[in-house]
Amino acid sequence: MKAVLAVALRSAWSRRGTLALVGLSVALSTVLLLGVERLRSDVRENFAQSVSGTDLIVGARGGALQLLLYAVFRVGGATNNLRMESLEEIAKHRAVAWMVPLSLGDSHRGFPVLATTPGYFEHFRFGDKQPLWLAQGRPFSGDLPGLYEVALGAEVAQRLGYRLGDKLTLSHGGGEMPGAEHADKPFHVVGILQRSGTPVDRTLHISLQAMQAIHLDWAAGVPLPGQKLSAEQARAADLQPKQVTAALIGLKNRAAVFAVQRALAEFEAEPLMAVLPGVALDELWDVVGAGERALLAMSALVAVVSLAGLVAVVLAGLNERRRELAVLRAVGASPRHVLLMLAAEGTGVTLLGVLLGVLLLAAVIVALAPWLQSNYGITLTLSAPSAAQWGLLGAVIAAGLLASLVPGWRAYRLSLADGLSPRS
Amino acid sequence: MIDAAGLRYRWPGSREDCLVIDSLHVDAGRSVFLHGPSGSGKSTLLGLLAGVLLPRTGHVRLLGRDWAALSGARRDAFRADHVGYIFQQFNLLPYLSVLDNVLLPCRFSALRQRRAEAGAEALLERVGLGAALWPRPASRLSVGQQQRVAAARALIGQPELVIADEPTSALDAALRDSFVALLLQQCRAAGSTLVFVSHDERLAAHFDTTLALAQINRAALPEAA
Repeated sequence: MKAVLAVALRSAWSRRGTLALVGLSVALSTVLLLGVERLRSDVRENFAQSVSGTDLIVGARGGALQLLLYAVFRVGGATNNLRMESLEEIAKHRAVAWMVPLSLGDSHRGFPVLATTPGYFEHFRFGDKQPLWLAQGRPFSGDLPGLYEVALGAEVAQRLGYRLGDKLTLSHGGGEMPGAEHADKPFHVVGILQRSGTPVDRTLHISLQAMQAIHLDWAAGVPLPGQKLSAEQARAADLQPKQVTAALIGLKNRAAVFAVQRALAEFEAEPLMAVLPGVALDELWDVVGAGERALLAMSALVAVVSLAGLVAVVLAGLNERRRELAVLRAVGASPRHVLLMLAAEGTGVTLLGVLLGVLLLAAVIVALAPWLQSNYGITLTLSAPSAAQWGLLGAVIAAGLLASLVPGWRAYRLSLADGLSPRS
Repeated sequence: MIDAAGLRYRWPGSREDCLVIDSLHVDAGRSVFLHGPSGSGKSTLLGLLAGVLLPRTGHVRLLGRDWAALSGARRDAFRADHVGYIFQQFNLLPYLSVLDNVLLPCRFSALRQRRAEAGAEALLERVGLGAALWPRPASRLSVGQQQRVAAARALIGQPELVIADEPTSALDAALRDSFVALLLQQCRAAGSTLVFVSHDERLAAHFDTTLALAQINRAALPEAA
């Protein structure tokens, strides 16, 4: 047994070039398989971590998922707005502890701008009910003297190199229209938030009044001709917002969540909707799940192809090795030894390939994590394989073992039939 | 040593026996020259003697043991213990060194491992392979050197039977005679019985006994005639 494995090792080493290529293909398919699984679980983790402590998200009636994506993840388009009056009424509901209105739509060099109240910094929670901390400075003040103040997410500050006191201007909409700049009303940076690993990192925070101020002389997405209001003139105008995009609501008692949700759905002044973040996330996973499974199935297929390649290579080499098998038979190796030798070769290549794949994936994660974080806000973490990943690893190795039995069995048959005189 | 009777063998899928031998007997320590043209069933007979093939009827006994009475695994172990085999050519595993090739049977047989002890080097010296060659990969030897390594491998651990299947057919005349002489001498020294197959009848004079396969194999008679 040991003798056979030692000979198998030397034999494989003499064909290391071809086997290394096969091992590499196994490694790459392992990277793909584990990578997809890691990305899947990390994306879920990221999404689930993005909001906590918020019991309901309120918006105009429409798709629950769309509201969640827009209000929390700044993904997708705005739903209809809701009236500020309605929100003020909701805030008076006896079960509601706090209400934070959100107004979205503008951007700064690709990063979304969120207009809200200072209460946002007080009530918003992410991850395991963690509050937002400021790394430097303070939140925008929300009063008239501090009208043009902005607090930056960590990623915004880092990527664009802003420091406290810097001035910046906002673009109307997603910034896709040239000239749609609120250039006449610059903001200055008063705070930079600590990194949270959530969409907050990619957001610029201003007050609702500021949002109102920069749009005073705009209508329907374009500046009103001949109606320019300077930044100072704007301060004198009525800056109370009439409409917002959505609102986050915290309850005094979570048990009341369905009662409040129903009350909101039956709100008479305008059609409203309230969603539970967790429920909406589940809905998201239902939608995304099919895609994830397809991706995982594709990766599994790639793994199968690479193992088929392994079988093909070992099988193809077998004919040239019939002489080798006859020599082994002559010195006393049994057909079972021959089977073991071939199976060990395939299994060994699979094991090394999988190991290399795990290391490669670690390297890829280390290399790609900063880019993914800054471009997509997804935090990839380098950690020991999860249970699901161990399962996949085990499946690849088991499949490799099974696949290796194919050339092993063929060699067994050959050496039984050939005996000491290979007939090729 | 070898005792066979009533042998009939046909290859799987064939409808006619390719080997029919009424009786074959070789005493221990003898050297037997078995000659016959190609197609006379030499490889088949050697396969039967080495217990790699089993006859359809009849028996082959080696050291009093009937190959057919042993299980597959036991046959392989018995062969590893008691039989040394030399091929026509390509005897060696090209990825192993000369010394590792010679020691190969000892990996499969504890008995030969024990008998060989440290004798491998001395054996290599005796077949004319100096220490400088031992670590060399077998693929980098001349054909003559390769056959001598093969002889050393067949002889290591003093197996009772050494089977040589046309071991000189790839060698030129000068090498051929010295190889046969060497093989005979070493078999005698180890006390091994030698069954040497060749179509080259000029070699017959070196051996104790000569058998013409065409005569003892009745299945081959019509073709020979």
